[in-house]
Amino acid sequence: MLSRTAENLYWLARYVERAEYLARTIDATLRVTALPATYIGKTNEWDSALLTAGVSTSFYRLYDEANEHNVVEYLSFAPQNPSSIRNCIEAARLNSRSVRTALTGEMWDTINGAWIELQEVWSKGAGTREALAKFLRFVQETSLRFDGSAYRTMLRNDAYWFSRLGVHLERADNTARILDVKYHVLLPEEEHVGGPLDFYQWSSILRSVSALTAYHWVYRETLKPWLIADLLILNDTLPRSLASCYSNLVRNLDQIGVAYGRQGPAQRHARGIRNRLEHLNMNDIFQHGVHEFIQEFLADNFRLGEIIAKQYLT
Amino acid sequence: MNGSDGCIRPAYQELARWLQETPAEALEYRRQEAELLFRRIGITFAVYGDAAAQERLIPFDVIPRILAAREWSLLEKGLKQRVRALNMFLRDIYHGRDILRAGIVPEDLIFQNPVFRPEMNGQHVPHDVYVHIAGIDVVRVNPENFFVLEDNARTPSGVSYMLENREIMMRLFPDLFARLRIAPVERYPDELLAALCSVAPKSAAAEPTVALMTPGVYNSAYYEHSFLADKLGVELVEGRDLIVKNDEVFMRTTEGLKRVDVIYRRVDDDFLDPLTFRPDSALGVPGLMSAYAAGNVTLANAVGTGIADDKAIYSYMPEVVKFYLAEEPILKNVPTWRCREVADLSYVLDHLHELVVKEVHGSGGYGMLIGPAATKAAIEAFRDRLKHGPEGFIAQPTLALSTCPTCTAAGLAPRHVDLRPFVLTGSKDVTVVPGGLTRVALKEGSLVVNSSQGGGTKDTWILDE
Repeated sequence: MLSRTAENLYWLARYVERAEYLARTIDATLRVTALPATYIGKTNEWDSALLTAGVSTSFYRLYDEANEHNVVEYLSFAPQNPSSIRNCIEAARLNSRSVRTALTGEMWDTINGAWIELQEVWSKGAGTREALAKFLRFVQETSLRFDGSAYRTMLRNDAYWFSRLGVHLERADNTARILDVKYHVLLPEEEHVGGPLDFYQWSSILRSVSALTAYHWVYRETLKPWLIADLLILNDTLPRSLASCYSNLVRNLDQIGVAYGRQGPAQRHARGIRNRLEHLNMNDIFQHGVHEFIQEFLADNFRLGEIIAKQYLT
Repeated sequence: MNGSDGCIRPAYQELARWLQETPAEALEYRRQEAELLFRRIGITFAVYGDAAAQERLIPFDVIPRILAAREWSLLEKGLKQRVRALNMFLRDIYHGRDILRAGIVPEDLIFQNPVFRPEMNGQHVPHDVYVHIAGIDVVRVNPENFFVLEDNARTPSGVSYMLENREIMMRLFPDLFARLRIAPVERYPDELLAALCSVAPKSAAAEPTVALMTPGVYNSAYYEHSFLADKLGVELVEGRDLIVKNDEVFMRTTEGLKRVDVIYRRVDDDFLDPLTFRPDSALGVPGLMSAYAAGNVTLANAVGTGIADDKAIYSYMPEVVKFYLAEEPILKNVPTWRCREVADLSYVLDHLHELVVKEVHGSGGYGMLIGPAATKAAIEAFRDRLKHGPEGFIAQPTLALSTCPTCTAAGLAPRHVDLRPFVLTGSKDVTVVPGGLTRVALKEGSLVVNSSQGGGTKDTWILDE
């Protein structure tokens, strides 16, 4: 297939995944900031939301203060924020238009339909809390529909695999980012300074990657920070964990390699990261330092994106 | 819809009966449903210079335009004849130039014409086909006569509307399709692909690789480009996807470079190759013309076909047909005054209020004067332009275009229509899918059907009686 088509499919999937993650982040932040101050301590959760979205620097060029109004506006609608939900959806639609022929009708319909619906939200803004909640839900549903229609309707060929690469690379990046911002509340008990207040922080992390219920199914325990870290980093059964993202990345890259009859640096690099995740346990990670581990992972993940681009997309 | 005797023409009788049986609200409901479907599918077009409406729908009218099979077969013969002549004319202009020596078309109209491409002199094109896809705009003036308004021999668009309008009509009015015998149009993509493959260069593989080249998502006809690429099952490429090496054209794919043999290009000549044409073109492929000259790639349509659909050449078409085919032209030309000729110019200047004056190189309904509908001031302004550069204009009488019932705010009313059938030429034959794009002037009394000027479209039914 055309390199440009593969590139469009890959970024299309990334944009949709990112839009969903932003919607979840805002959702989870709204929940935790609605609690009385004594439950969440002094941290500014809206600052954390900006950090997990990776747009803190550009935000403070426009605003002096991170509060609900400013951050929701910036993450959801701001045209100046290249990663706002609005820009993600706009970019996803533009990419879809460029690769109409590689998308199934259902996928196009999802993106185009969402884009049409959201034109109204863009022009009016989400004035009330209720309208905002509806908007966030709509964005998440759009992502689910898009993913579902890709899964159910696409031919299992390179077009599908490149779009999956986009999903999993973006997802790994998002999960790693939230861990990066919140790692300090996930330290083992003895090193930890927060105390029971952190319960709400923990549930908020899980909620933003839709893993709160999963946690209870996997561990059948009350929320414990190191188990949360274990779930999000190493547990292969949780679709948003780093381990699971890398199982998928390796599989999709292998499928491409088999179809094209040759492997390259992308396959090798992805396999390297996956192997490392497979052989680590949480003790190693804590000893190494969670923060350092996550930083390295983010850099590795970013590097994989570059290698894929060089090998296939240009 | 009505004949000259005021009675409903036979081809329309079943539709008229159906319209009588169907309550107005039901029609309105389907009209809205059609609009929703179009928007969902994303069939939009952009209007240049209109920032507020970057993507607009062309209004679609649910009442079909109907032609009887008899009328169609006459039209079809005429279209094939005309396109054959167009191809022979182009071959001649870029080779022996018999027609110029015979004094039938004046030389300066060719050599001083900006759309004449000296690069094409002596250039061989496979099977001497220049215009693989032609869109010939015709109007029906009475049961026996169609007039050609315009030949589109460069990159005619609109065929996606022919196909999508039909799909939507079949969804909205299944009962009408059961009652009437309507000739299908869905073979068009197959015939187009066959025609494109048939003109592949000799150096191509047994199964030539075809690609459709678009200027990109911001082009007004982008939807059509992606739609056709999908129906043809070929890659939709932009200039940046292509690269020329050793006079061969390749596309960049995830598996490396892949040779392209036939390019159905929807990019104008000027933008094809920055090395040969406009150096500022970011849409083209450097070196494409040298691969073309080496005969390693076929461009459809060929470069330089604009000289055949130029409005100044148009007026010579009846003579062109006679010259090459030694046949009487089946399709008539609209009587045309060539303002470059002194006698014609003085007639035109005296009758501006009753004539349509067009720019020779214009298209899309821009820059024309419709005398009967123009203000005094507009006519005087145009008179000045005519006096200063008469060779840039032709003039035609306003025609009694046929009308077709159309949904309006005040219920069904007659509106003027024209028709663009699509004529395909491959190595062996010339084919026309029975149908075409009917364009309708939605404003009462208006004769301008161009989508950029508020025209709409209709499905076109060729009916067995």
